[in-house]
Amino acid sequence: MARKQECIAMLLAGGQGSRLGVLTKNIAKPAVPYGGKYRIIDFPLSNCVNSGISTVGVLTQYQPLELNDYIGNGQAWDLDRVDGGVHILSPYQQIKGMEWYKGTANAIYQNINFIDRYDPDYVAVLSGDHIYKMDYNRMLEYHKANDAAVTIAMLEVPWEEASRFGLMVLNDDNSIKEFQEKPKNPTSNKASMGVYIFTWSKLRQYLIDDENNPESSNDFGHDVIPAMHAAGERMFAYLFDGYWKDVGTIDSLWEANLDLLNPKVDLDLSDSSWKIYSRTPIAPPQYIAADAFVQNSMIAEGSRVYGEVDYSILFDNVTVEKDAVVRYSIVMPGAKIKSGADVEYAIVAEDAVIEAGAKVGLRPEDVLDRDEWGVAVVGANVNVESGAAVKPKEMVSEDVKKEGK
Amino acid sequence: MTGKNIVGIVFSSEYDECMPELTGLRTMGSVPFAGRYRLIDFALSNMVNAGIERVGVITKSNYQSLLDHLGNGKAWDLSRKSKGLFILPPFSTVEQNGNVDKINSIFGSMGYISRCKEEYILLVDCNTIINVKIKDLMNYHAEKNADITILYGHGTAPSISDTMCFDVNDDGKIIQVAVGPHNRESQDFSLGAILMKKSLLERLINEAHSMNFGSFENDIIQRNVSKLSVYGYKAEGFYRVLDSMISYFNASMDLLNPDNCDDLFNPERPIYTKVKDDMPATYGITSNVKNSLVANGCIIDGEVENSIIFRGVRIEKGAVVKNSIIMQESYIAESSSLNCIVTDKSVVITPNKNLSGTENFPIYIGKGIVI
Repeated sequence: MARKQECIAMLLAGGQGSRLGVLTKNIAKPAVPYGGKYRIIDFPLSNCVNSGISTVGVLTQYQPLELNDYIGNGQAWDLDRVDGGVHILSPYQQIKGMEWYKGTANAIYQNINFIDRYDPDYVAVLSGDHIYKMDYNRMLEYHKANDAAVTIAMLEVPWEEASRFGLMVLNDDNSIKEFQEKPKNPTSNKASMGVYIFTWSKLRQYLIDDENNPESSNDFGHDVIPAMHAAGERMFAYLFDGYWKDVGTIDSLWEANLDLLNPKVDLDLSDSSWKIYSRTPIAPPQYIAADAFVQNSMIAEGSRVYGEVDYSILFDNVTVEKDAVVRYSIVMPGAKIKSGADVEYAIVAEDAVIEAGAKVGLRPEDVLDRDEWGVAVVGANVNVESGAAVKPKEMVSEDVKKEGK
Repeated sequence: MTGKNIVGIVFSSEYDECMPELTGLRTMGSVPFAGRYRLIDFALSNMVNAGIERVGVITKSNYQSLLDHLGNGKAWDLSRKSKGLFILPPFSTVEQNGNVDKINSIFGSMGYISRCKEEYILLVDCNTIINVKIKDLMNYHAEKNADITILYGHGTAPSISDTMCFDVNDDGKIIQVAVGPHNRESQDFSLGAILMKKSLLERLINEAHSMNFGSFENDIIQRNVSKLSVYGYKAEGFYRVLDSMISYFNASMDLLNPDNCDDLFNPERPIYTKVKDDMPATYGITSNVKNSLVANGCIIDGEVENSIIFRGVRIEKGAVVKNSIIMQESYIAESSSLNCIVTDKSVVITPNKNLSGTENFPIYIGKGIVI
């Protein structure tokens, strides 16, 4: 039997992230690179460690190989512990047969035994695909002070975007009066961040009841939370007012990256009191050549810049050759932008090669029909041939040849 | 011969006196280099990349920063249940006080060395910067049926009094050894990596100790060069031996040539170092960086040219840094200008300061100094 833990975290990392297209062809969404050296999952994992939660179950089922490999024994996050630490939890064969995780609630249900091993008082259920820095411990204190069954972290979103979110209407004491799931006419702008803290004894019973209900879709948002609400459990919202971003789409992923270059955005990765840990590649310092031009950008180790980089994020071991231009773009590890190539408003995935004189993406000003404009995406290992072009909004997973060949 | 059958010994403090500025508070092995490394990283990585699994690090004094850097050896994959990294602090029964020579430091570590089951031993100094395929040296040693094989380079020998210079014949055999010769030009000189059977080293050290010999170079290598079969293995590519502050400065600046950098940081044989969870380097709207190496965690809003910028350095808007080495966590405030300066860790240059050395006399600013 493992030693008792007050609070453990369960991290839902099974999301396919289908709206990220070629970027999640071979990897799960939480493993998508972000911010020059991180992957999305580094944020919830680092939040756990920094909040003092040292037992984390990571629930995976879609393309888990790279994610499992990335997390390893958890050493990069200081989660290789004698007691607890990080555990990858994939669906497994049980006596009554084998089942995929049918929904978020079912994923936790299938791991009740794992949770029970630590006999926790509280369980944090987190999503593996958001970028934010948050102290779960403060939320836990709030949960305890309210003697709540569940506390849901919430964020005030702009009213015009509110209808895209699951919203909460609150009473004066911040207890939850009503839920609205992506309503057409929202009466609240308080959106759920997908961060829950449950009192385990309560959640455990609701999960069992939910599993026994054949009508249920076994989802937290659709089934378990409404059931708790209907039963009159004590449910509270915890206000979070920092930076939070769901990177579910290409545009939001691109934006969330470039947010790092905006001094007005409240996401400081240099803050040593709340470090975001990640698995660090082995690479020498970056080299900026004598005739390079680098401005307003973030560049990781092992990269070499001989050309122009403006308002962009370069991951490790990226090469930007002489006379190549990278603007308003994200270039992932190992990619090569060759001489004279032009990359603007684009995401270039790992080890892709943009050959000399190729063009990827366009400035919005250069597109006649604004609806045709969007971020161009070049998938991993793709070669964009010399003279070829990848149009705005286009997403390529196969090599791109020059037109007319 | 495989790496598994070799125990590596690293001398972390040998030649500390060559660079008193940088080694005042630390050992040679923990001198920062190339933006994110410590000198010992090269010795350890070369060993690990050759499959060596057991490494002893001999220390002498001021080894606090070295221990902090090495930790349990995890960064070099030397944190093992069996084998792995072993720190060998000075052994107090060694009679000498103060400057313990190489023979005595090996003798003081004989307990550890004898216990190792490996058949061979590789002795490595920390003041050589090189990425060398030790496997090739091992094969060469076996092929030549050598008793001792020494890695050597060609050029101007370092100005260290006990530098060994060799007369190497066409077969690669060392036929003569000169220790600290007067003429240093165009020499074949030792790069401080020596391979031999462990039993041979044990015998030579015990003999030397019983004779009260004091010099590893004179009394072990030179004295035995005609009796034993001593071979030289010539290093190719980029290597530098540090013998002074100016050589440190020049070796650093030589890395601004990408070919040298490629050679030293060959991805097939990575140089490992302690991981810091710094964010990528950030270049502001007012930054202007030319021909420089920059490590993660830096925030650069000023002008940087021909310089090496270590992890976590901040260079404010309007500051100008040229031909300089700025070590980790240093801060250069706005409108200050530096030329040919080496700042140690955590130096603060307050606004509107003008500091300039020259290329053959860079000015060193000690750890934590505020100017």
